[in-house]
Amino acid sequence: MTISNSNSPIARREALQDRLEQLTRMIEIRFVEDRIQKLFAEGHIRGSTHLASGQEAVSVGIARSIDPDDVVTCTYRGHGHALALGVTPEGVIGEICGRVIGCAGGLGGSMHLVEPEVGLLPTAAIIGAGLPIACGAAMAARARGKDRVAVSIFGDGSANIGAFHESLNFAAIRRLPVVFVCENNLYGEYTRIELSTPVEDIAVRAASYNMPGVIVDGQDVDKVAEAMAVAVARARRGEGPTLIEMKTYRYSGHSRSDPATYRPAGELDAWLKRDPIDILADRLVSESILAPGGLDQLKAETRDAVERATAEVLDSAAPDLGEILSHVGASSAGGDQRWHFWSR
Amino acid sequence: MAKIWIRQAVLRALDDAMTDDPSVIVMGEDVAVAGGPFKVTEGLLASHGPERVIDTPISEMAFMGAAVGAAVCGLKPVVEMMFIEFIGVALDQLTTQAATMRYLSRGRLTTPLVVRASAGAGQGFGCQHSQMLDHWFRGTPGLKVAVTSNARTTYGLLRSAIEDPDPVVILEPRVLYAEREEYEFDRDYRIPLGHAEIARPGTDVTLVTCGAMRRVALAAAEASSANIEVIDLLTLWPWDRKTVMDSVARTGRLVTLEEAPAGSGWGGDVVSSIAVEAFGKLKAAPHRITLPDAPVPYSGALEARFLPSPAYVADQVAALVSTNKPPLPWWRNAA
Repeated sequence: MTISNSNSPIARREALQDRLEQLTRMIEIRFVEDRIQKLFAEGHIRGSTHLASGQEAVSVGIARSIDPDDVVTCTYRGHGHALALGVTPEGVIGEICGRVIGCAGGLGGSMHLVEPEVGLLPTAAIIGAGLPIACGAAMAARARGKDRVAVSIFGDGSANIGAFHESLNFAAIRRLPVVFVCENNLYGEYTRIELSTPVEDIAVRAASYNMPGVIVDGQDVDKVAEAMAVAVARARRGEGPTLIEMKTYRYSGHSRSDPATYRPAGELDAWLKRDPIDILADRLVSESILAPGGLDQLKAETRDAVERATAEVLDSAAPDLGEILSHVGASSAGGDQRWHFWSR
Repeated sequence: MAKIWIRQAVLRALDDAMTDDPSVIVMGEDVAVAGGPFKVTEGLLASHGPERVIDTPISEMAFMGAAVGAAVCGLKPVVEMMFIEFIGVALDQLTTQAATMRYLSRGRLTTPLVVRASAGAGQGFGCQHSQMLDHWFRGTPGLKVAVTSNARTTYGLLRSAIEDPDPVVILEPRVLYAEREEYEFDRDYRIPLGHAEIARPGTDVTLVTCGAMRRVALAAAEASSANIEVIDLLTLWPWDRKTVMDSVARTGRLVTLEEAPAGSGWGGDVVSSIAVEAFGKLKAAPHRITLPDAPVPYSGALEARFLPSPAYVADQVAALVSTNKPPLPWWRNAA
C-alpha cells in the first residue's frame, strides 16, 4: 500500500492547525464511526467496538494543542483520538477490519490503535491503564532533557479505579509534565455516573492531589484547545500536571451490543442540539471561513473520502500467518525496528 | 577470594549497570533515601542522584506503569517490588501492558524494563510474603522470568536482564540475601537469559531446580547414595530445553525440585516436555518434588516440613533411582 505524503499521519497532524481542517476531521471521525457500525453489520468486524460519536471536539481539540512528539495514552474508545492525532482512515478502519494495512497490522483490533510517529502508544483495553504509563513517558522526557508532555485520555469510568488516584498522586509529587484528560460522557460502560461516583465533577478530585482541576465544555473544540494549551504550557514550564474534565456525551451505547436503553428520555436529543460539529461549523460561518451551506458540501466530500478508504480496506489483504509469532520478543522473527522517541 | 553477602551482588549489579548505561533508573518503595528494606540499593542515591534512584509512594500500580511508559520512551527502569506479592495490585501493567507493547506495535515500541523482587519462603514471613509466584509471569507470552540462586548468578542474571530489550522478572530468594559466599566480581560477567547450568555433574539422575532450592539440591546430592546431576534452570521462561534434554539423555531419569505449589509449578512444563520429546530415553517415570497446594505456613515447625529439605530430597531421589518408581510426596504418605 502507498500513502502519499500529504496523507501521512504526521502530515495529517500538522494540517490540523487549519480551522477548516479541524471541522473536516471532526466530520471524518463521525463518518468513520458510522461506517464502522455498518461494517460490523456487514460482517467485516469481529469482537467489539466502542464508538465515540458526539465526542469529536475533545479529540480534535487535544490533537491540535500538542505536538506530534508529545506522547498520548488512551483507552479503547480511541478511534476518534487516533484519527485526530493523525492516523489515517485506512489505518483505523483497516485495523478494525483486521487487515495488514491497519495501524497495528491487524494484530490489535478496535481497542488497540497505535502510531508512534504521532505519539500514540497502543490504546489500552483496560480501564485506567494509560494513566501510569503517561507518568512514565513524562519521566522519560524529563530524564532525557526533552521539553515534551504526556497526555492521558480516559473516561469518567476511569476516575474510580486505583490507577487514576495513584497516577495523579505520583505525577503531582514528582511534578511530572502530564495532562490528565477525563472525557466525562456521563456513562461508565452501561451505568450512569451518579450510580458510580459521589461527585458530579471529576475535576474536583484534582484538589486532593494539589493540581489544577479544570472543567471544560467538551462539545466546543476551541474551549477544549484553550484549556489544553494552558495545561500543556504549565507542564512544559515544569510546573506539573493538570486534570481537565471534558463534559461531553456518547451518542451510542458502550459497545456494539449496547442499545443504551438505560438513558433517560430526552437526554440524547438535548445533547444532539449541542452537536460539536454544528457548533464549530456555525462559528466558522460567522468567521467567514466557511460559506453558508458549506457544511453540507464538506460532509459530502468527507463521506466520499471515508467510502474510498473503506473500499481500499476491503480490497486489502489479511496479515501473513507469520505475524502470529513475529513480535512476541526481540528474538522473534520480526526483529526489532524500534521507534526512538525524540530522536528526530 | 572475598566473602560477600549475596545481597551485595544485587547492589553491585545495579550500581554497575547504572554506571555503564545512563538510561538505567531504579524505582521502588524505600529504595533511595532508606537504601532499601533489604539494603540492596544502599548508596545508589548518593552515586546516581534522585532523578535515577527514585523513592515511590506505596502505589505499585503507579510506579509499575510508570516503568512501562518510561521504558517505551527510552529509559531502562529497574523496579523493585519489596515482596513479589505486592505486584498483585499492579499486575495489569506488567502482564497486560508491558507484555503486549512490542506485539501491538510490531516491534516499534519495546519495554526494556526489569521487575526484581524478593520472593520465597523459609523465614517466617507468613503466607502473604513467602511465595515465588513465578507462574503468574511464566504464563504470559512477552515476559521472561529468571530466579537467582547465589552471588554469581544474581550478578550475571541481573546484568543480562537489565540489558534485555524486553520485560524481565527477576525473582531473588529473600532467604539468600544474608548468606555469605566467596565471590570475586567481574563486571563483564553475564548469564544469558534462557541458559541453564549444570551445578553438579552426575550419572544416575537429572535433578532440575532453581533459586533457593539449588543449594538444597546440592546438599541432597552430597548426602545421597545416587549419583545426582543438578541443573540450575536459572531462567524459568524461556527455559533451556537442550541442557535438560541432553542431561536426561545421559542419566535416563528426571526429577524436578520446585519451590512451587504442585498444581502450578514450572516442573509440570519441564516434565511434560521431556516426557514427550525423550520418552524413549527415560528409565523411570519423571518425578516432581514440590510444595503442597497450600498457603505457606507461619510456624517454624510447619514451614520446615513445608519446604523440601536436603534429607527429604535425597530420600525422594534415592527412592526413584532404586525402584524406578516415583515415590509419593510427604503429604500423601501422611494421609
